[in-house]
Amino acid sequence: MANTEISFVRTEMLQEQAPPALNVGLVGWVRGNLFPDVLSGILTVVALYLIYSLLSGLLPWVFGGVWNAGSLSECREIIAAAHGEGAEAACWAVIHERFWQLMYGFYPDHLYWRPNLALVLLFAAIAPVLFEGAPRKMFWITAASPFIIPWLLWGGTVWVPIMAAMGFVIGYFVYKLVAQVSSNLLGLIAGPLALVIWWLFLSSYASSGLASVIPLELEPVASRKFGGFMLAILLGVTGISMSFPIGIVLALGRQSNLVIIKALCVGFIEFIRGVPLITLLFVAQVMLSYFLPAGTDFDIILRVMIMITLFASAYMAEVIRGGLAALPTGQYEGADSLGLDYWQAQRLIIMPQALKISIPGIVSTFIGLFKDTTLVSIISLSDPIGWVKFIQANAEWNGIVWELYGFVAFVFFLFCFGMSRYSMYLERKLKTGH
Amino acid sequence: MNEVVEREVDRSKLQVSDEVAIEITGMNKWYGSFHVLKDINLTVNQGERIVIAGPSGSGKSTLIRCLNALEEHQQGRIVVDGTELSNDLKNIDKIRREVGMVFQHFNLFPHLTILENLTLAPIWVRKTPKGEAEETAMHFLEKVKIPEQADKYPGQLSGGQQQRVAIARSLCMRPRIMLFDEPTSALDPEMIKEVLDTMIELAEEGMTMLVVTHEMGFARQVANRVIFMDEGQIVEQNEPEEFFNNPQSPRTKLFLSQILGH
Repeated sequence: MANTEISFVRTEMLQEQAPPALNVGLVGWVRGNLFPDVLSGILTVVALYLIYSLLSGLLPWVFGGVWNAGSLSECREIIAAAHGEGAEAACWAVIHERFWQLMYGFYPDHLYWRPNLALVLLFAAIAPVLFEGAPRKMFWITAASPFIIPWLLWGGTVWVPIMAAMGFVIGYFVYKLVAQVSSNLLGLIAGPLALVIWWLFLSSYASSGLASVIPLELEPVASRKFGGFMLAILLGVTGISMSFPIGIVLALGRQSNLVIIKALCVGFIEFIRGVPLITLLFVAQVMLSYFLPAGTDFDIILRVMIMITLFASAYMAEVIRGGLAALPTGQYEGADSLGLDYWQAQRLIIMPQALKISIPGIVSTFIGLFKDTTLVSIISLSDPIGWVKFIQANAEWNGIVWELYGFVAFVFFLFCFGMSRYSMYLERKLKTGH
Repeated sequence: MNEVVEREVDRSKLQVSDEVAIEITGMNKWYGSFHVLKDINLTVNQGERIVIAGPSGSGKSTLIRCLNALEEHQQGRIVVDGTELSNDLKNIDKIRREVGMVFQHFNLFPHLTILENLTLAPIWVRKTPKGEAEETAMHFLEKVKIPEQADKYPGQLSGGQQQRVAIARSLCMRPRIMLFDEPTSALDPEMIKEVLDTMIELAEEGMTMLVVTHEMGFARQVANRVIFMDEGQIVEQNEPEEFFNNPQSPRTKLFLSQILGH
């Protein structure tokens, strides 16, 4: 009986209809996302209650806080007078009073314009890197800022950064010259060699010579005066911008067919990853002065920068290697079959895709690196955490905890959240599938 | 085998010249200790359309991948278009510029638009000015009948369209020889025809083609020679008529009965 009507032919095609009203709009959203069934509904109510009790405690504390007071005890008196005895409220006065120290450390206050200008320059320099819409000419700022920003921060004669930049010009001409008379490879070795020789032995004579002829200089500021968020940002930005290219090179080296290069890269990565950052920082602080020739004055911030960069580049290399491994071999073969050479294939085909895949990991590493800069407080550099301790040790503010750490956490959160949002924007922008 | 090739092939256009395009002598290849290709000897003239058939694992893909050094051979000589394939990177790059390759999985670059996929190699390898490279690219996109897709990304195209883009991408380098490594194996049945039509047109224009495929209809209509491989060796080769109607080796007979039998 069931099989008698097996033949069926549709004579009229069905029209599209609107979905049921309960599944669209606000009602649909609430039904779908908050109360889809009984258990989920209960969880929603419980979660809402938890959020309410958290905020009802926190918000009055934050917004009922005192902004003007000279010490913690004065703060407490004001709060007691306003809200009654035993009331709890934040004492933001400490942030208000010590704001500039938290920002700049011991940096001389009549020179605050220099780190401020450096920060503006930094934003101008990273804009064309981050956003395609920025004018292409801004890359000149990006190229110049590694020389201008340190000069602004540390001061001294203008000839030091100019001669440092000259190193690249000299290196380029040496490369061109050698590449012309012999081979390209020799040029690639001779160019950087000339750069290093210039930097290590010649540029200091050139700059001091020029400085005695045309003395153009900013008031010098010693490294131990650097501190607060200025130090954290300085270490974070150098670490991020240096560890990225080094990480790419290490990741490629680890995939190389050349056994010795591969072994060197693997050894470096595994060693750095196997050692805690604090150990490396102690090495930077204490051990390096034993290893270096006596009398070498090697700036402590520079040493820390190098260590943080090396540390982050090992992690970066592994994150990028993950992206490389995720690419199908077909991409390499496609590039090879068209006659692209190794570097062209890497630059045009492999890296753009591998880096895109690794964006979440890369940004995690960046965020981790930026937060790790607080570890330098252990080797007595006065980063924001170091400053929190200084302020707590002060008689007026002795006993204050939440406000200071909360503020430091808030500023770090702003930066890290910014990075994370940027990475999401980038992922969306680079999405080319359908 | 389902006969998807419907387009009439003008066999008068299929001319083979006396000029040698590829010469392989005494070529052997191992993967570790596994002997994949055994004593391959093959001469291909300019304008030949050779279909290489055989069961999976017979080394047919490996053979054509050796021709543009995607795989390295350990013994014997391979001369492509007058250049000997050796460890010299210059020779390898030179051969790769003259030999186009189409892959089973297309291997388009998903982060670039179709147009960028097509112009990339001409611009970077041949140093063609951008405008000229784009003109050439549009010419070949029209030839494979999808010029309207130029600004899309590969992920937005169907499999058949992607494979036609891949063919166009190879053609933009103006190769003298084209290698096809199972170009239709990853396609839905209704898309195989459009790719085969493109390949037929290419054959009619005198392109030297080496095609690894299971499309025996294509082999019958377009090829001037069919090579049957098994266990890393060339077992039999003949003109398509003879090959299909009168196979000699028992292995060939078995293979043909398996793929044509139903």
